[in-house]
Amino acid sequence: MSEAQAGALAHHFADLEQQREASALGMWVFLVTELLFFGGLFGIYCVYRHSYYEAFSAGSHHLSWRLGFINTLVLIGSSFTMAMAVYSAATGRRARIVLFLVLTILLGSTFLGVKVVEYAEKIGPCLGDGPHTGCLLPGPRFDGEVLHLEGERAREAQIYFSLYFGMTGLHATHMIIGIPILAIIARMAYRGRFRPEWHTPVELVGLYWHFVDIVWIFLFPLLYLIGHH
Amino acid sequence: MTTPEAALPKTHYLNADYGWKSWLFTTDHKRIAILYLVSITFMFFLGGAYAVVIRLNLLEPTGSLVSAETYNKLFTAHGVIMIFFFLIPSIPATLGNFLIPLMIGAKDLAFPRLNLLSWYVYIVGAVFTLYALVAGGLDTGWTFYTPYSTVFANTNVIAAGVGIFIAGFSSILTGLNFIVTIHKMRAPGLTWFRLPLFVWAHYATSIIQVLGTPVIAITLLLVTLERAFHFGFFDPNRGGDPVLFQHLFWFYSHPAVYIMILPSMGVISELVTCFSRKRVFGYNFIAMSSLAIAGLGFLVWAHHMFVAGISVYAAMIFSALSFLVAIPSAIKVFNWTATLFRGSVSWQTPMLYAFGFIGLFTIGGLTGLFLATLGIDVHVTDTYFVIAHFHYIMVGGAIMGYLGGLHFWWPKMTGRLYPEWWARVSAVVVFLGFNLTFLPQFILGYLGMPRRYHAYPPEFQVLNVMSSAGASILGVGYLIPMVYLAWSMRYGKVAPANPWPATGLEWQTTSPPPTENFPRTPVVHEEVYDYSAPPKEAALV
Amino acid sequence: MSRSHVVSWPSYLGVFLILAALTAATVWAAGQDFGSFNTLVALTIAVVKATLVVLYFMHLRYSPRLTILVVFTGFVWLAILILLTMSDYLSRGWSIVTR
Repeated sequence: MSEAQAGALAHHFADLEQQREASALGMWVFLVTELLFFGGLFGIYCVYRHSYYEAFSAGSHHLSWRLGFINTLVLIGSSFTMAMAVYSAATGRRARIVLFLVLTILLGSTFLGVKVVEYAEKIGPCLGDGPHTGCLLPGPRFDGEVLHLEGERAREAQIYFSLYFGMTGLHATHMIIGIPILAIIARMAYRGRFRPEWHTPVELVGLYWHFVDIVWIFLFPLLYLIGHH
Repeated sequence: MTTPEAALPKTHYLNADYGWKSWLFTTDHKRIAILYLVSITFMFFLGGAYAVVIRLNLLEPTGSLVSAETYNKLFTAHGVIMIFFFLIPSIPATLGNFLIPLMIGAKDLAFPRLNLLSWYVYIVGAVFTLYALVAGGLDTGWTFYTPYSTVFANTNVIAAGVGIFIAGFSSILTGLNFIVTIHKMRAPGLTWFRLPLFVWAHYATSIIQVLGTPVIAITLLLVTLERAFHFGFFDPNRGGDPVLFQHLFWFYSHPAVYIMILPSMGVISELVTCFSRKRVFGYNFIAMSSLAIAGLGFLVWAHHMFVAGISVYAAMIFSALSFLVAIPSAIKVFNWTATLFRGSVSWQTPMLYAFGFIGLFTIGGLTGLFLATLGIDVHVTDTYFVIAHFHYIMVGGAIMGYLGGLHFWWPKMTGRLYPEWWARVSAVVVFLGFNLTFLPQFILGYLGMPRRYHAYPPEFQVLNVMSSAGASILGVGYLIPMVYLAWSMRYGKVAPANPWPATGLEWQTTSPPPTENFPRTPVVHEEVYDYSAPPKEAALV
Repeated sequence: MSRSHVVSWPSYLGVFLILAALTAATVWAAGQDFGSFNTLVALTIAVVKATLVVLYFMHLRYSPRLTILVVFTGFVWLAILILLTMSDYLSRGWSIVTR
């Protein structure tokens, strides 16, 4: 089988190996930009956790660590199925690529479903008229009393919840972008587009997905487990 | 040098295909470079137009040409456009895009479609930002300081923030493409230390683009979220710290100035060696100093914040680091000078710009050391001293390098020679106009005239009038090349493959190059700046 | 990523099980009082988990050195951002030295 036949050798590359190495390097460089992108939020987190530890602790206690724990296992599980999808592509098992990609999508969607539940619980009370008890969206309707905080500490807790929504929201956005891409790759796999010599799209989406998992690995303890002792 | 009458190659990248689709859907890096060239030229003159109104307003101490509010919008627009939509993309997206594959003997960049995407992303960002500037304007300064931008401003902060956020991705994609290309697509025999210094400079620039731009992206995103959803990270009334915004903003925006100057330095290395007919002195030092600038440049950002309320101990650390970062730049200037020494110097237009760069960049750089000194900075921060400092580097440095490079590679890009005497005259006009505009500003700043004010004390008027006069001369100096460069594309003398002649792979293919750059992949056997050997002929009939 | 090396699938399962166990450990450790080391313990476990994902799921262990350099550089830069910014906040309370 000629190089060109082996699948999508672009004209400006000498061979498939060069193309694959370039694609992989490109994806890793992109992930570094994502690391710095999320990193800004982690930097803000560090600054405010240092200054507002009590309020952060109170806010963190209000989150459901059980849901966070389950979600972490779900997401790590989806990383496992994603790795298995890449493995299946490398070993030429077409049906299994599709299976594992679909499982990844299902687990990722489960994660997002749990997040919707968590968000609804915090944002729901903010809507409509009425006392807005339990509203945890930063802004004029924020209810510090449900955290047993008032005045200055309540303001600091708003910073905590800004970070909670900002960081998990950005993370969820990355998953919302990733899932359709997984679906597209799954469709390509279903149509037999991949073979052991060339399955770069599966590898690249895998790298992206694992990165999203790693961000959550840090978010879980930093947001859900502050001051639990 | 007597050469037989040059002829354009029969097929090259410009005539390989016709029609708007062949341009808007191209993946040829050379065509994308031209797309960028047109876009950034437009943005340059737009940003310049704002500068014209600023300088007109500053002719009178009362500054009554425009209101104070309008003046705020003028300098904001000037800064935003010039920095994000002209300087940052300028050399990398035009000369870099065009030349890097040629210089390394490749057929294209690693990701041609991402390259085209980066241009579209730039355009979308520009449209958002221009909308913001047109629909009421923006008055926060290009620095978007909080809490004014997040809480109090009544102008189009969100639209502009989104526009710059989007444009940032254009920068990231370009940097990513260059890094992978330079690592993976060099021709056989082209080791790292045989690369042109232009390539080293762009490699270092790309590292900064990739590591720094995401941080301003998240920062601007948070400013828009804060404005829209009351987040409060940067608002004291909500428990936030405005200085934290500044930390995050300058973490990118300081390295950004190295994005703006490093490619220009790469150009200067190429010009100085060619027009002294001499191998560049200290190649390794210049190459390594580019990386050093990229690295050290990330460690100095809080020198923009000395009076903002940071701890004095942090200020001392950042001051010391800021002194360090001047060293690699100085090394470059020493090496360029040493290259000129005992070289056979000729005074073509690119060399005039290179000389202008070396002198003006040195002044700009040295005044940076004054600003890095805590005691002096307290006195001159937020005055015209700072404005003069960065314009010496950005205009006297970066833009002169850009113009020098544009002229040097113009024959390669268009197959035509520009008219040399007109070009030399405008280079001199630019140099004189520039100094008349900005030298008085050092004095004004030292005397205490603050920046970003539409009016000033009457005793400063003479210097301001000098500055505005200089600006009009500078403007003329920039307009003349637009005319003759455009003219040359149709009526200029046809250029040979290597008119200067210069070393480097890009000169060993036709002017203009064919779409695939080289008929056969070149193989490299020697160092890049061997000016002792006779010039190579183009390897293509 | 290495072309020649395909990790065996039981390795993936093994890494997943370790990650799950470490997640449980994270929760357990949060309930313990390690004094001023609390944050360090939580972060250390997270770093170990992230390292396992990067090395095995993302194949960094079998990748060219350039890739490893790229990843390393990313983390170093993140550290620069956080540490140098924190140096300002941590030293704000220090008294000015006067003589």
